[in-house]
Amino acid sequence: MIGAALLALASHWRRHPLQLATLLAGLALATALWSAVQAINAEARASYARATAQIGSGALDVLEAPGGPIPLARYVALRRAGWQLSPVLEGRARLGELRVTVLGLDPVTHPPLPAFAATMERDSATLGRMLAQGGVLFAPPEVAAALADVPGLPEIRVSDSVPPGMVMTDIGVAERLLARPGQIDRLLILSDQPPGLTPLADLAPELQRRASRAGTDTARLTDSFHLNLTAFGLLSFAVGLFIVHGTVGLAFEQRRGMVRTLRALGLPLRLLTTLMLGELLVLALIGGGLGLVLGYLVAAALLPDVAATLRGLYGAPVAGGLSLRPSWVMGGLAMALAGTGVASAQALWRMVHMPLLSAPGLQAWAQRAARGERRMALAGLGLIGAGGAALVLVPGLVGGFALIAGLMLGAALLLPPVLALVLHLGRRLARGPVGDWLWADTRAQLPGIGLALMALLLALAANVGVGTMVSSFRLTFTGWLDQRLVSELYLTARDDEQGAEIARWLVPRSEAVLPIRSAEFTVAGGPVTVYGVVDHPTYSENWPLLEQAPNAWGRVNAGAAVFINEQLARRLGQWSGDSVQLAPGWTLPIAGVYSDYGNPTGQAIVALPALLSHASAVPNRRFGVRVAPDTVPGLIAALQEDFDLPASALIDQAGLKAQSLAVFDKTFVVTGALNLLTLGVAGFAILTSLLTLWSLRLPQLAPVWALGLTRGTLARLDLGRSLLLAAFTALLALPLGLALAWVLLAVINVQAFGWRLPMYLFPADWLRLFGLALLAAGLAAAIPARRLYRLPPSELLKVFANAR
Amino acid sequence: MRARLALLLILLAALPAYGQGYAGLGSTASEGFANPDPNTRLHFPRDHGPHPDFRIEWWYLTANLTGPDGTDYGVQWTLFRSALAPGEAAGWASPQIWMGHAAATTPENHYFAERLARGGIGQAGVRATPFRAWIDDWQMAGADFDSLRLTALGAEFAYDLNLTAEGPLVLHGVNGYSVKSADGQASHYYSQPHYRITGTLTLPSGPVAVTGQGWLDREWSSQPLAADQSGWDWFSLTFDSGARLMGFRLRGARGDFTSGTWIDAEGNATPLASGAFRAAPLDETPVAGRDVPVRWRVTLPDRGVDVEVAALNPQSWMGTSFPYWEGPVRVSCSHPGRGYLEMTGYE
Repeated sequence: MIGAALLALASHWRRHPLQLATLLAGLALATALWSAVQAINAEARASYARATAQIGSGALDVLEAPGGPIPLARYVALRRAGWQLSPVLEGRARLGELRVTVLGLDPVTHPPLPAFAATMERDSATLGRMLAQGGVLFAPPEVAAALADVPGLPEIRVSDSVPPGMVMTDIGVAERLLARPGQIDRLLILSDQPPGLTPLADLAPELQRRASRAGTDTARLTDSFHLNLTAFGLLSFAVGLFIVHGTVGLAFEQRRGMVRTLRALGLPLRLLTTLMLGELLVLALIGGGLGLVLGYLVAAALLPDVAATLRGLYGAPVAGGLSLRPSWVMGGLAMALAGTGVASAQALWRMVHMPLLSAPGLQAWAQRAARGERRMALAGLGLIGAGGAALVLVPGLVGGFALIAGLMLGAALLLPPVLALVLHLGRRLARGPVGDWLWADTRAQLPGIGLALMALLLALAANVGVGTMVSSFRLTFTGWLDQRLVSELYLTARDDEQGAEIARWLVPRSEAVLPIRSAEFTVAGGPVTVYGVVDHPTYSENWPLLEQAPNAWGRVNAGAAVFINEQLARRLGQWSGDSVQLAPGWTLPIAGVYSDYGNPTGQAIVALPALLSHASAVPNRRFGVRVAPDTVPGLIAALQEDFDLPASALIDQAGLKAQSLAVFDKTFVVTGALNLLTLGVAGFAILTSLLTLWSLRLPQLAPVWALGLTRGTLARLDLGRSLLLAAFTALLALPLGLALAWVLLAVINVQAFGWRLPMYLFPADWLRLFGLALLAAGLAAAIPARRLYRLPPSELLKVFANAR
Repeated sequence: MRARLALLLILLAALPAYGQGYAGLGSTASEGFANPDPNTRLHFPRDHGPHPDFRIEWWYLTANLTGPDGTDYGVQWTLFRSALAPGEAAGWASPQIWMGHAAATTPENHYFAERLARGGIGQAGVRATPFRAWIDDWQMAGADFDSLRLTALGAEFAYDLNLTAEGPLVLHGVNGYSVKSADGQASHYYSQPHYRITGTLTLPSGPVAVTGQGWLDREWSSQPLAADQSGWDWFSLTFDSGARLMGFRLRGARGDFTSGTWIDAEGNATPLASGAFRAAPLDETPVAGRDVPVRWRVTLPDRGVDVEVAALNPQSWMGTSFPYWEGPVRVSCSHPGRGYLEMTGYE
């Protein structure tokens, strides 16, 4: 019995291979996009965790000197007072043509490090080489490869546990590479301090103790980005499930007759349901498995860009290589199973509750749907309201995303009722019986194609919203770059002495040499880079200030006030007129707030003498040079010649802008790709819906054909109807997309990056998208239309002969 | 702790205490390290200071102390120097690594602590005049080698002791050249076994005023163990008669190697011929997951010594990065007294 039933169930898929393919494709697509996003997130998180484990010494508090390094003698003095500390020196250095972060540690006092341990387990003499014989650089594979041929470097060891873009080494080697002898950036306060020591505040009042923030910075900064990706993944998943829902619904509908026969032959309902569940399980596993493979490929293709984004935007170290992790593999399969279950629940429910001898009740769809539409409209409005409430009630990023979720889902639920209303109005305008039939028939098809249109709506709205956000951002960013990058040439010297030498050399050859000097401070528990600027019109005439107090530049140049960036202002809740404490004993009034789209962290600007009096050992290696633009190439050549600077140390303004924009564009490559994929999936959903409706519609089309409409006319009308529905959907998607863009710019961005962007409108993009939507719907409708056009009249006649 | 362990493997490959397979390092002096030389004559105070051209060196003080109520205590203060390469350099470039061990032992408890430091930056080191040996806040310092102040602070204990030498320095072996194996491995080795000690020992239960005797060992070498030697048992015994005995047994696959020094009540030292000093375990006690002999029969027939040596606290385990047993002992039978016992290489 079981065997026969299984054969009967399988025979359906044998007779409908396209349906089977569609079902599997839908499942695979849904799983693929979801698991791709999860794989990317997992990879990034693993990179952060590695960085934290490596640098972090995780939960250890640290001691820092505000605005400068800690002298080695201070470390030794604290050690001699009994404090168990470990020194860390960290900085950026150019090794060959590569800029890397050099992390210098003292392996003798530092808590155990995976990178060192793994290497030393294989070769116990390494420590001797690390500390005594020229040193060892531990580098991740890609950095090690890039450094392989650089002369004059210590021995290089590949270590997978060193974060990307970093080399780890003994602090003695690091101070040589960074040209910072006798300096320490921070002291880790080790666990297990002996009791009764003199408090640090008494021994070293100039040092600030702060709680560990290893990892938390990156995690906090990138959380929004990952949440964003996850939201996109979920959207794609939902769209994919529309396909599954459509196909499974059709398959069950078509198998009603078979189910009736099987049950009449004595197959218990319970067994039949179990078999069908088993069948779905197998399909879900196959589709999910395909989806995982596809997802892996998609993730591998996108990951380098994501890594570039995270590095560019947040400075978060993420490796470009993808590895198979059980977390997202299992998660993907689970989502495939759960998704299949959700998408098939309705069909299964209907089959279980079908009376043994009931006739197929297709026509009843429309009436049932009409009742459903009212409920859907209410639910949709409710969801939008709930999203709005969430924004008010739940602070932060989660509230913003809740608003987006409510808005999108609510609007999707509202779509069928709104379309029904539109069609109702359209029918009033109809003249003649064919027009009347067309509107009524479209209305009758709405429940079947509604889900696919919802998918289209979501995909289009996401496109409009994200597109508007990215384009607005880009426009603002470009304008900001123009204001911010005023110097014609930017250069980085090898060390302070060379910097001073170059500055002297440049004085007679340029209009102005503007030093770019900064030091790290801790303000309200977070890192803030404080820049010291000289009094020059380059700054006061161009600097992009969002708001300023009277005589702002005068006061800042006099050392009596500070400018802070928008991120810091939002974080502190302090604006012009308030004050900010940059270091103990150094509190300045805020003279203005400037926009800063270059980094997500806090920044401040003070007069250079003020910075130098509060920070020690501020590097003097970077300069902006004001010269006539046409002399820049000659100057670069002369500088390279006279000072032996690598090409990457000299960047002209145009080059720097291009670099910045390239980073920016990379940032949104992934967003764009996911957008396009979602739209593709939505188009596919329309196709499956139409194919699903196809066989159900024959009984409805046959009478119209019999009344005299040719197959060609019917095919054209079908195509037109699909285009009409797609056009309505696209029109409705526009306001939804703009609402989404507003939420992204004014809510999500503020939370994620700390800046709010002006919103610009791009009607040309909308037009392009509108065309794309029509194209997708047209292509999806063309296949069934062509089939109708080619349909042998005998098939239509059979409808009457077979009328059950 | 694996990284720390790896570090210690290298550090302690050099220590005589650590044989197991790494002794090959010590069997020949290599990589430019200086070799102990029988013709070397020690000069003081110069040789109280470090010898950075040798691979390893230590300043090793053990003390048997008594509280006001007659309770016995033991105290250890050790500074190890290990060179990754011969010589000294300023700053982080120094190839010297320093390790400090401190312990306080009562009949019931054993407390210990460890410190690690790089040379060259001033976090740890030794100066000969005025004498000063330090790592972090622990130090042993004084105007000269005969009057020192010794301090250490651990999580559960601390001590602050004054040491006054009441006898001469003792050179082991021949003029301080001490042979460690039949193959001729050797070290430079001298002691000051005559310190009288007063001071305060602080335990979790509170401070205790203590008095007693201390024994400071100084040793440096580049080639500590023979390839087959797996560990050692080292005794420093102070008899009630005023005489003292230093003896050690290096356990080797090819047989044990023993040596030692007899120090009479006036401080005159006589090196013991190989094999004259004998030490045999009487029973073993489980300590830190292994069996360690904490009761011994020690004999020196030439001097009529036949004593039983028993640990004050059998659990005197130094659970440091490199673990070993080090603790105070009671001596009974022919020559009653007190002393210290160190045992390494018990797996």
